[in-house]
Amino acid sequence: MIRDYFRVLKVDLATGKGQIQEIEGRNSWAGGSGLAALLFDRMGLPGRSWEDPDQPLIFAIGPLTGYFPLMSKVVCAFKSPYHDQYAESHGGGRSALALRFADLDALVITGRARGPSCLVVGSRTLEIKDAHYLWGRSAMKTGQMLRTMSGGAGHRSILRIGPAGENGSAMACINVDTHRHFGRLGGGAVMGNKNLKAVVIMGDASFDLPVGKEYGKLFQNLYSQLTTTSMMDKYHNLGTPINVAVLNGIQALPCRNLQATSEEDISGITGETFADRTLLRNGACAGCPVGCIHLGFVREKFHEKNQYIYHQVPYDHEPIFAMGAMLEVLDAFEVLTLLETAEKMGLDVMSAGVALAWATEATEKGLISEKETLVPLKFGDERAYEAAVRHLGYAANDFYRMLGQGALKAAEKYGGSDFACVLGQEMGGYATGEVFFVSQALGFRHSHLDAGGYSYDQKHAGKDVGHAVEFLVQDEKARVLLTSMVSCLFAREVYKETVLSDCLNAVGYRSLAENLAPVSGRIQSKRWQIRMKTGFDPASVKIPARFRQVVPWKGPIDMDYMDSLQQTYAQKIRDMGTMEEIGTP
Amino acid sequence: MKILGTPRMERCIGCHSCSLACARLVHKKLSWDSAGIRIRSTGGLSSGFDAALCMACEPAPCAAACPTGAYTQRKGGGVTVKKKLCIRCGACATVCPADAIYLDHSGEPFVCIHCGLCVAFCPHDCLEMVDETTVMALRSRKGVVL
Repeated sequence: MIRDYFRVLKVDLATGKGQIQEIEGRNSWAGGSGLAALLFDRMGLPGRSWEDPDQPLIFAIGPLTGYFPLMSKVVCAFKSPYHDQYAESHGGGRSALALRFADLDALVITGRARGPSCLVVGSRTLEIKDAHYLWGRSAMKTGQMLRTMSGGAGHRSILRIGPAGENGSAMACINVDTHRHFGRLGGGAVMGNKNLKAVVIMGDASFDLPVGKEYGKLFQNLYSQLTTTSMMDKYHNLGTPINVAVLNGIQALPCRNLQATSEEDISGITGETFADRTLLRNGACAGCPVGCIHLGFVREKFHEKNQYIYHQVPYDHEPIFAMGAMLEVLDAFEVLTLLETAEKMGLDVMSAGVALAWATEATEKGLISEKETLVPLKFGDERAYEAAVRHLGYAANDFYRMLGQGALKAAEKYGGSDFACVLGQEMGGYATGEVFFVSQALGFRHSHLDAGGYSYDQKHAGKDVGHAVEFLVQDEKARVLLTSMVSCLFAREVYKETVLSDCLNAVGYRSLAENLAPVSGRIQSKRWQIRMKTGFDPASVKIPARFRQVVPWKGPIDMDYMDSLQQTYAQKIRDMGTMEEIGTP
Repeated sequence: MKILGTPRMERCIGCHSCSLACARLVHKKLSWDSAGIRIRSTGGLSSGFDAALCMACEPAPCAAACPTGAYTQRKGGGVTVKKKLCIRCGACATVCPADAIYLDHSGEPFVCIHCGLCVAFCPHDCLEMVDETTVMALRSRKGVVL
């Protein structure tokens, strides 16, 4: 629905009541990341803990959601259990179109339900259901049960948490429609803290199309570009796991807790091997014809007399790096088994894998033992890791409870902070060099997707601090515009600012279309302002020693260069966070 | 006359591009419901997808059930719908054996008119326009499913 304001449903789980709010600001904040920041600014409690039940959990879509291909993502925003600061996590599945067809620009959830609950929203539905019988169940089982209990197959989205979210793990994700996730920074624990096991979004409304021929022609043009040219081949063909062999080949794949940047015996977990041996089929987020979701299989022999069951498990580069290369688990099926275990627990596989890699090295160094880990952790021992992932999800003892708050938190007690591979949160799957390390450590989401630092490292041999930092700032600005529409970042080569402007014009957001540069700058600054208001100090970020000791493809890390990058980028972030608001159109 | 078939639905990735195209191009809507073809999961994404789609019945029970003549039999199977004659009674949807007719919140019916505009939007080639004579030949052979 095209409108010059935001239509937001705010639900208070404590009272069981909701309120539709019409909020001004479309031309200033667009939607997605911008809308989430606007809503947190109004409803968030910066000085209070993430555990305060009144903190909002926000799901926001953008002005182009559903109108154009790959406009298929949702921005989830909250005060994070990981660092108790403002955070965003992005997810897809059917959630974006379900919100669009529920006729909501955003869903905001506050309060804590009296008992485990399931929230159901739609264009004509608001219901909070008792879900005590789902508490303790895996994210998979919860999804299965809710599918049976809810109508609207195919046109609804089911968001749910597993035991990790119930246990307050800062690595708990929100599972979306079985194979997608709001993965990072602990959104699952925010739901758990609210006694919210699941959210079902019914996408059951329809809207008239924009008038005129402009929209139809532009849609056709973009759809053709995305489906008939080679630009999306990488995602459609082998998918992101193509990076495993590429990065390993240039010595930029974090291996064995980043003790190495390549693995001689990598062939068992490359994208090619996953495709050849494990790939069952592809899937897609609703509204995206690319189909980048790759589903592998694992089979489990549950009885000696050749009795098997099988499971479908999504895989990507990042999960393979975290549960494969970092743990030296070098068999595709073993990696998939670990991924499936993390899925059931409702854990962010990246954080879980990297944290267990730290725990393994801490074991090797004698800082912890089986007394803490309950199973003897050893690089390459998939069976032990399978048990450890479950212990992490269930917060089985004090050690795992602490590890679930992040490897650095555990290192504060047990030692080993030097080799905790944490860049704001557990690292992404790129050991490309100084720019990426600084980019993730200071980046807004502490994600490899905040800006293309990993790409900069590979394309620029020189060490021009000013140039690199300007790249990070400008790339973040371009990406924040995309995540305010809300586009999948895989489409960033198509949806440049001029194309986004054309799209907004075609659906009737003419004023917004004319002001994208100030809008993206405003959103970028606002996010940093909120982040700082909730406690972030970019100058205090510490990059652990392991990132200085590792030797990537370009040779040893240049410490002066990295320090200089960090200081300059931190200053830029501080500037953005204290910038006066750019005038609204 | 050709009809729309779904001979390769097992390839479906659940992108809904076909439904969105039908809604956009035929019904001038932004919707994944108000369309002649609608994708539903068959027990979660793990189990794949199915299409709710007109089976091109001949005779069509929906046309027979329509009390105002809004639905008429289409040559080669399926129906032609004149929305102006429709009184939103929903009888068409009730008798459809394939659950292929969607009624929106106002009771307006949406059913496939076998125009084929959605076919080009399927990235995995699940859909195909099939010639009437082929359909008849297949239907005369027991056990063959389109």
